[in-house]
Amino acid sequence: MLVQEFLEQSAQRFPEKTALVHGDHRLSYLTLDELSNRLAHGLAALGVRRGDRVAVCLDNSVEAVIAIFGILKAGAVFMMINPTTKAEKLTFILNNSRARSAVLHARKTAELGAEWRPAAFLESVIVVGALKGGRSCIIPRRVEWLDVLPQHSGAVQPLPKTCIDADLAALIYTSGSTGSPKGVMMTHLNIVSAATSITTYLENRSDDIILNVLPLSFDYGLYQVIMGFKVGGTVVLERSFVYPREVIDRLVQEKVTGFPIVPTISAILLQMDLSRYDFSSLRYITNTAAALPPHHIPKLRKLFPQTQIYSMYGLTECKRVSYLPPDQIDVRPTSVGKAIPNEEVYIVDEQGHRVGPREVGELVVRGSNVMRGYWELPEETDRVLKPGPLPGEKVLYTGDLFWTDEEGFLYFVGRKDDIIKTRGEKVSPKEVENVLYALDEVVEAAVVGVPDDVLGQAIKAVIKVREGDSITQADVLRHCAKHLEDFMVPKIIEFADALPKTQTGKINKRILGGVAG
Amino acid sequence: MQSTEQELRAFVRSNFLYGQDDGDLGVDDSFLDRGIIDSTGVLELVAFLEEHYEIKIDDEDVVPGNLDSIGNILRFLEKKAPMCKGR
Repeated sequence: MLVQEFLEQSAQRFPEKTALVHGDHRLSYLTLDELSNRLAHGLAALGVRRGDRVAVCLDNSVEAVIAIFGILKAGAVFMMINPTTKAEKLTFILNNSRARSAVLHARKTAELGAEWRPAAFLESVIVVGALKGGRSCIIPRRVEWLDVLPQHSGAVQPLPKTCIDADLAALIYTSGSTGSPKGVMMTHLNIVSAATSITTYLENRSDDIILNVLPLSFDYGLYQVIMGFKVGGTVVLERSFVYPREVIDRLVQEKVTGFPIVPTISAILLQMDLSRYDFSSLRYITNTAAALPPHHIPKLRKLFPQTQIYSMYGLTECKRVSYLPPDQIDVRPTSVGKAIPNEEVYIVDEQGHRVGPREVGELVVRGSNVMRGYWELPEETDRVLKPGPLPGEKVLYTGDLFWTDEEGFLYFVGRKDDIIKTRGEKVSPKEVENVLYALDEVVEAAVVGVPDDVLGQAIKAVIKVREGDSITQADVLRHCAKHLEDFMVPKIIEFADALPKTQTGKINKRILGGVAG
Repeated sequence: MQSTEQELRAFVRSNFLYGQDDGDLGVDDSFLDRGIIDSTGVLELVAFLEEHYEIKIDDEDVVPGNLDSIGNILRFLEKKAPMCKGR
């Protein structure tokens, strides 16, 4: 089974059914399947071959969804990149993956600028949309989306399938502890396995209408589309939760049955006056990426009395690990449940031996949803994918500390390393520190995660400024915003005359309020 | 004395652009499209408008049509507090 077959099979079963809603656009399964086939042809004509990587850096949009399936149908590997990714990191990812093509919005090309020189392997830059006033940005190897995928184009025969499920379907870049992002390799089998498992425990069916406000560059958001199409449901796509009232209006209007959220969204919902809305169509809400604050849970239950709440946990390296059956959320609100279907988890001590209940150790995940590895990083891969029980098999060491209760329910304790988890996204302190050190005035910088009710952890930067120089918090923020994705910009900036050191002379992050996890 | 537009630009400059020049921010440029606003940004903007122009902004008003560009905010203010006009 290949990922694009979810769309193709639903197009066979429900050709006229609405697959995707975005703003005023409503696309049927047949239309979406045909447009993706068209794009696949267009990509092939641009030289995209089996196994090639193609980047997609767009806001949540119809084009982004067509791009995912068009790339897969061309036998290639899609890479969803957060649209707030700045030029340097975008270029890094394109070079690191040796991407053959990239789909960008016209606004991104303006950011890259006319001086931008992509590497030789990037043979085309497909531009969606236009800049205001019809201005155009000269970028090498530019082609227009509307030329690759002409409007009013009819159906074409699908390209012959060349991939098997052992082939890569996606590369998902995640923040790396060394400061450079790492590409998580996901095969068709990985994605199909994860999607099957998740739709099983969520009991998804073709009458589900899923509202997705999460970025498609986030696997949690991406899978809403993949799973929605798998079951033949409808996906209602929004760009963000920035204007919550509009999103809630849409939820009710479309009679949404499933609403995946993160704690930031929960916090906003609980501040709104939603008394006049009828949420009876909402069958389930899911939460992952960061723990739902326990005090949110009874309030959410009151707001959505007919809705099941699923508390879940996962990581990009295996998509999802566990879920708490909704009937347990009042019993053990701080647990993230048990392993998802068709997956096994266990907790090990420092020596790799399995531990019993109430003992804290590292969580290990075993199953077909575990990634293939990190793209071209064998050492990093070997650090997390270690031998499993069967010869030749690898299991995922999550780097997350957990314990289980006597009934086998999992409780998250924290990270083994200093990776910060904020708004559900992993942020490497080093990546942020590197950006801070780019400022001339910065002599020393330390970035730590500090507990935050809503974000999970907030990013705090402590900076020692060069003697005689002065720099403001606004200066630092502006610099960070220019070079980092929005969720990586520090929330707290402090200046210090000296940063505390350990005996070995390294910066002592523990004193700065840094707590692992 | 600053015009309303100048006041709004000053707020956007210091809160969303971290002090950067807003010279290329067109009066009808969408904050969302430009990627300069997020959910906390919207809350800060609402708080600023309520305090500075002494208006009450209902939940219903927090929509892009009213807040997502300098132009939209100016039109919104005209409806809510006509005395702002020409300030």
